[in-house]
Amino acid sequence: MEAIILQILNGLDKGSAYALIALGLTLIFGTLGVVNFAHGALFMIGAFCAVTLNRILTLSHPVIDETRTDFLGNPMQVDVPYVYDIFGQATGDVIIDWSVPLAILFTIPVMILIGIVMERGLIKHFYKRPHADQILVPFGLAVKYFYGANPIPTPAPDAIRGSLDMGVILGFEAGQIIYPYWRIIYFMFAALVIGAVFAFLQFTTFGMVVRAGMADRETVGLLGINIDRRFTIMFGLAAAVAGLAGVMYAPITSPNYHMGMDFLVLSFVVVVVGGMGSLPGAVLAGFVLGILESFASMREVLEILPGLNQIIIFLVAIIILLTRPRGLMGRKGVMED
Amino acid sequence: MLGLDKKDFRLLIVVMALTMFAPFFLNPFPEGSGLAQFNAGYPDLMQRFVIFGIFAIGFNILFGLTGYLSFGHAAFLGVGSYGAMWMMKLVTLNVIPAIIMAVIVAGIFAVMVGYVSLRRSGIYFSILTLAFAQMSYALAYSVLTPITGGETGLQIKPTDRPILSNLQEGEIGRANLFGLDMRTSFELNAGDWLFTFNTGYYIAAVIMLIAFYVSIRIFRSPFGTMLRAVKSNQTRMYYTGLNARPYTLAAFVISGMYAGLAGGLLVAMDTQVGPERMFWTASGEVVLMTILGGVGTLIGPVLGAGASKYMENFLSKINKDILHEWFAIMPDGIEDFLVAIVYPFVGKGWHLTLGIIFMAVVIFLPGGLVEGGQRIARLFGRKKASEDETRGKTTPAE
Repeated sequence: MEAIILQILNGLDKGSAYALIALGLTLIFGTLGVVNFAHGALFMIGAFCAVTLNRILTLSHPVIDETRTDFLGNPMQVDVPYVYDIFGQATGDVIIDWSVPLAILFTIPVMILIGIVMERGLIKHFYKRPHADQILVPFGLAVKYFYGANPIPTPAPDAIRGSLDMGVILGFEAGQIIYPYWRIIYFMFAALVIGAVFAFLQFTTFGMVVRAGMADRETVGLLGINIDRRFTIMFGLAAAVAGLAGVMYAPITSPNYHMGMDFLVLSFVVVVVGGMGSLPGAVLAGFVLGILESFASMREVLEILPGLNQIIIFLVAIIILLTRPRGLMGRKGVMED
Repeated sequence: MLGLDKKDFRLLIVVMALTMFAPFFLNPFPEGSGLAQFNAGYPDLMQRFVIFGIFAIGFNILFGLTGYLSFGHAAFLGVGSYGAMWMMKLVTLNVIPAIIMAVIVAGIFAVMVGYVSLRRSGIYFSILTLAFAQMSYALAYSVLTPITGGETGLQIKPTDRPILSNLQEGEIGRANLFGLDMRTSFELNAGDWLFTFNTGYYIAAVIMLIAFYVSIRIFRSPFGTMLRAVKSNQTRMYYTGLNARPYTLAAFVISGMYAGLAGGLLVAMDTQVGPERMFWTASGEVVLMTILGGVGTLIGPVLGAGASKYMENFLSKINKDILHEWFAIMPDGIEDFLVAIVYPFVGKGWHLTLGIIFMAVVIFLPGGLVEGGQRIARLFGRKKASEDETRGKTTPAE
């Protein structure tokens, strides 16, 4: 029992990341009908926003510290971050420590801007072209980010760096289910973002128009609504969702230039499994596949079927596509030509 | 001639001349001159031109004719490579059986993957092939290590004693063609120029010509017409009482066998193989080459493969010093500025440039380099070009 709960928990954080990326992909697909191969790159850019903000906050200038001396007896030179000058040392430390959560604020405008520029500058030229072309252009974009560098560790704030003994809360023995705080936060955060996106689409006028546009773009256009502009904003929003997924993922995996690529293929599979164009499907498939992957990595399972953890997602995708051609919750007639 | 009409035969002759004299005109600049860095006449690079040419020709038979975009074609290349490698390790060091083995193994694998994947079309087909390829990659990397060598891959080791070879004790086997070592080169010095004629290259080039000829025959055959029908309107094909599945499956298997052939040749040239050959970016690369050259055209994939491999080789070897040398004429400040701007696009960042070029081609030249050539031809001789178009125009991606 404990093992099962632990695996479900382990699956949740990866599943959250899959769900967030797949949600963004589906938003773009559902509104604009474009399969955005560059979405993994957006996830990666998000993670690098965290790195960038961390770098900016720790920008420092050398100061001669008279109170301390080095081994020759000269006054020692220490690097003082600019943040100290502005906020004082105590507050400055806290700000640097909390750079990853702070990066969320930094990421949203950056990602929305990147998304809008991408859509206006590039992808809008392809609505009239066949699907193959629409796949290929973002693919070219994705290719651009394939060059490597070393991972850059970006720690979570000290206060929430530890782990929580979930077992005690759930009534099991202590030490059975230990789970890092950050992953709980990641899951909560993902749930929040997903909820916010759904609420935005469901309860605002803007969202209503977008949903109407997804159902029948032409009619909405004929009613005198500038649907293209709204879709562009949705593209920016989808980019922001991917970026947020990336920012918060930075403490879990140190950002590197390949992380987008790794997640991209998987989140594609997630979208297709969930059903092209279905938002709840994408979220559901994200969590299901994340948890399945985590179960497949259990030692007991690997003893029977070695290597299953590597292929489980693809295996599930193949089975689902063959038995349910439109994925779990796909609509009829989407992308079938 | 050879069952081709005059125009196709001319094309074949041109390609034949290009490949056979490649060591000459790929080395247009004398050795040691400043322009020598643009040369591409090294055996290693030329081999990759023709081998990836074969890969792209095969991919084009599937994508160009039927419109099915496979995102997992590298799996067949990889499987073929492993097949060829084992043939060399166990049976004989002669490359011919190894290549035949590669084609057979890749063909069988393609039948299996194609039979399942072709039940779906459009993006679903792409994802299915991608899933199969990623699965093969993951398995080759982990569980199948006894067969695939895992992360390190397979090489010919001093302990390998192929049955049909008479190696001395401790001698490391080398790939050969009836005793002719693949690495033997004949060098020709003509003044400042150095031309290298490499056995491996010529074997690969001859095989590519055969592959190219077969692809022309497929394009012009009733079978090829049937594949185009699949692309333009599958529903209509069903209503005329034709089942598209056998045709698409045949096309898929043929293109998988081409990929296997390319994989076998790669092994024949450098006698090593690793799982990264099957990674999805490798599949993406062949898509890129085909698009770059011109989808659905005969010569396009070969051009695309050559152009992309040349750019990869050329861009990735540029470093800061070379850039400084290039911009040396400029004043210092401007020089540093230019170097700083250009540097991210070369060296390790060559993907960036290739990605940009690729996007530009998809946006402005949907027909790839071939369309570019046609446009230039139209500029110069309006009448002749339009005549060409009606006869030889092959359908670019619709």
